[in-house]
Amino acid sequence: MKIIVNGEAQETSSSTLAALLDDIGKGEAKVATSVNEAFVSKHQRASHTLQDGDRVEIVAPRQGG
Amino acid sequence: MPTFYGTEVTSRLMLGTAQYPSPAILADAFRRSGAGIATVSVRREAGGDQAGQDFWALIRKLGVALMPNTAGCYSVREAVTTAQMARELFDTNWIKLEVIGHADTLQPDPFGLVEAAAQLAEDGFEVFPYCTEDLVLCERLVEVGCKVLMPWGAPIGTGMGLKNIYGLRSVRAHFPDIPLVVDAGLGLPSHAAQAMELGYDAVLLNTAVAKAGDPAAMAHAFALAVEAGALAAGADAMDARDMAAPSTPVFGKAIL
Repeated sequence: MKIIVNGEAQETSSSTLAALLDDIGKGEAKVATSVNEAFVSKHQRASHTLQDGDRVEIVAPRQGG
Repeated sequence: MPTFYGTEVTSRLMLGTAQYPSPAILADAFRRSGAGIATVSVRREAGGDQAGQDFWALIRKLGVALMPNTAGCYSVREAVTTAQMARELFDTNWIKLEVIGHADTLQPDPFGLVEAAAQLAEDGFEVFPYCTEDLVLCERLVEVGCKVLMPWGAPIGTGMGLKNIYGLRSVRAHFPDIPLVVDAGLGLPSHAAQAMELGYDAVLLNTAVAKAGDPAAMAHAFALAVEAGALAAGADAMDARDMAAPSTPVFGKAIL
């Protein structure tokens, strides 16, 4: 299915958000996630099923003012 | 020292972590500033990008409390979701809430700010709202659960200093028991000292230090200015007057 990750369209065979993170090498990274503008906690990722067209955001700590 | 949501902080200076020439200079500036709180953000990271992981390693070594922001959010939903992601990432209920209303001035959207603050407070966040010095807005923010207010000094990144002394003084007078922080617009240590002289509890700044030619020296200068201003605030300053008044006694002057 086709999803959008951080604004970039991509094909994925990952069925859950946790699987997607593992697939792109962020499974163990310090990141937070949302799907379709709603926060998905790290404890929910394994049970959060991805759907075609989902918009996934993956964020990490960064400099800020 | 001020207490924010039950936590007494170690410094009246809160410092941002963006725009430094290098991670080493950032760390040095923090050491010289004595700041007890660092503001941070969340930004996209995917693929092979490791910048966020590297920044996390750096920021943990600073030994300061972290306050994530919702910088760049223009809608309530954006700000709330960003805050939720930040809470998980940084393991804190503190959130510097920005809901921006205008791209040129980066001034807060007061309507969205109150709505987002209400939702976040309801969800257990301890909200530090980046607001204007509008008294009605400040009252609404307190009503929805904000126990700290952070009116701007001037638009973010301008370095213009305190553009509305009257307004900032009014906020201080109307909220004697709410910790107040001047957030944004400071360019010089004298601006920070002035904020403290008005009775504010702390200042939050970033660009003035990060973009100085010598960020570490400027951080130290701000630390001293904040301390000086706070001392002055507690020392009952003289009243200004229009007419000159000689300080040296006139009595006893030789008639020549």
